[in-house]
Amino acid sequence: MMKPLDMAAVVGVLAIAGWVAGNALMSSAGLSKAELATARSLSLADLPPLPKSVGNAVADDPRAVALGEAYFNDTGFSANGMVACATCHLADRQFQDDLPLAHGIGITARRAMPLRGVAYESWLFWDGRKDSLWSQALGPIESVVEHGFTRTEIAQKIAQDYRAPYTDIFGPLPDGLADLPAASPLGDADAQAAWQGVPAETQQKINRIFANFGKSVAAYERTLMPLENRFDRYTQAVLAGKTPTGDAQLTQKELQGFILFSGKAGCINCHNGPRLTDEFFHNNGVFSSAKPVTDHGRADAIAQVETDPFNCLGPFSDAPVGACKELRFMSRDAHTFDRAFKTPSLRGVADRAPYMHAGQIKTLGQVIAHYNAAPPAPSGHSEVKPLHLTRQEKAALLAFLKTL
Amino acid sequence: MKKLWIGVGIVVVAAIGFMAFKMLQPAPEGLNLATTRNSDANQFVVSIAPENPAFRRSDLHAWIATVKTTEGLPVENAQISVDGGMPMHGHGLPTNPAVTDYLGQGRYKIDGVRFNMGGWWEFKLAITADGISDVVTFNLTF
Repeated sequence: MMKPLDMAAVVGVLAIAGWVAGNALMSSAGLSKAELATARSLSLADLPPLPKSVGNAVADDPRAVALGEAYFNDTGFSANGMVACATCHLADRQFQDDLPLAHGIGITARRAMPLRGVAYESWLFWDGRKDSLWSQALGPIESVVEHGFTRTEIAQKIAQDYRAPYTDIFGPLPDGLADLPAASPLGDADAQAAWQGVPAETQQKINRIFANFGKSVAAYERTLMPLENRFDRYTQAVLAGKTPTGDAQLTQKELQGFILFSGKAGCINCHNGPRLTDEFFHNNGVFSSAKPVTDHGRADAIAQVETDPFNCLGPFSDAPVGACKELRFMSRDAHTFDRAFKTPSLRGVADRAPYMHAGQIKTLGQVIAHYNAAPPAPSGHSEVKPLHLTRQEKAALLAFLKTL
Repeated sequence: MKKLWIGVGIVVVAAIGFMAFKMLQPAPEGLNLATTRNSDANQFVVSIAPENPAFRRSDLHAWIATVKTTEGLPVENAQISVDGGMPMHGHGLPTNPAVTDYLGQGRYKIDGVRFNMGGWWEFKLAITADGISDVVTFNLTF
């Protein structure tokens, strides 16, 4: 006669064995119909057409694309003549720089984000303080630690080096640009003081050229589409009823990782859709190097985007009345967004260390360990719960992430 | 004594396994997924439907709420505020949806809706009309 405790032990062991066996069976038989539907939802097969850029009338103009690409690579749009967009967004490195914090004129507070597929995003920067790609492109130019340039100098440089292509797209440049001092409402103290001395009418003309600069850069960035990965090739083959061949074949370990990603580990809660991001802001409990915490993420960005003269509802936006829904229906509940940062796309993630908004975590294995442990947030409340992944499961998850 | 600890260990493991299993579930069993419901105090009968049946949950989109009295008469001039979220994740809606149009016959257009995650969502409407206020909560799963 077995004692109740022994009985409980036997039942428990059997249950665990059953769970493990069930998982193994499922994997060896390939994906279930529901799992295949999930796989499709994460693959390029489900990628919708690029959303219209409502605030940027030249977003799909090939002339703006060419001009924007030239701007993107021109180090002349910086205080020391050495910083271009391409300095931190390197084309052969997924348009990021492999550094924890980006290096421009100085060192920034956050990590440079990769750009492929960026035109699908409604909110730009890690905290979403910009509501369009064209408006985002304006930010780093005037940041004292990035390009350190000024609004008047941008207009002057365009007049000097890009007059013909600019005029072709946007019409003639105003006269008298060369006489203006280096001036910007967001630059250093000297630049700000100089901006105060520029007549309001001239300020608006400069702002217009500045906005057009951003719209051209955005037109180029819209061409940087997501690239096909191994998981896309696997899913495409299976959906077509074919047996995946070559690098489209996924190992049992990689497939188990996919099942964990979309199940037990819950990664898919935020990393969903063909870009593997929900385009939203979450507090994941990642540690802060600064103590006390100085970076509150989305919580501080809501007021910034609302008052930004270059937002979708502002005078430099081309959006028609009734558009700008993202901004109009934005959640303004700042306290719920303390230390919430944008979910990054996971395409190409394994080749893009370090991780998190300030590059705090060095390896992808350590990222998985972070989510598995789910430490409390240094500020606000972490949405992450401990995952209780085994060593083998963590390895499988890592293997899957490498297929992206 | 050792056996007791083994037993406790197994129970703990089983509990963790059960929790993991629960997390995999899209919603609790028996969840009322009706899209026509009485408000909590039976003041209104409310139906909801996406404006475009082929909507993508992750895109900003609109829903139509139809508000009627229990006698089936359309409720006009209602003030409706929208709230909701994911009970299993402990967070609200990612956007701030609002009524943007009255379409007649008790139908109200709620724009600015997005469901950024798969799973169980609550969609709550607080309705006030003719001095009567009531709340209705719908369960949606994606």
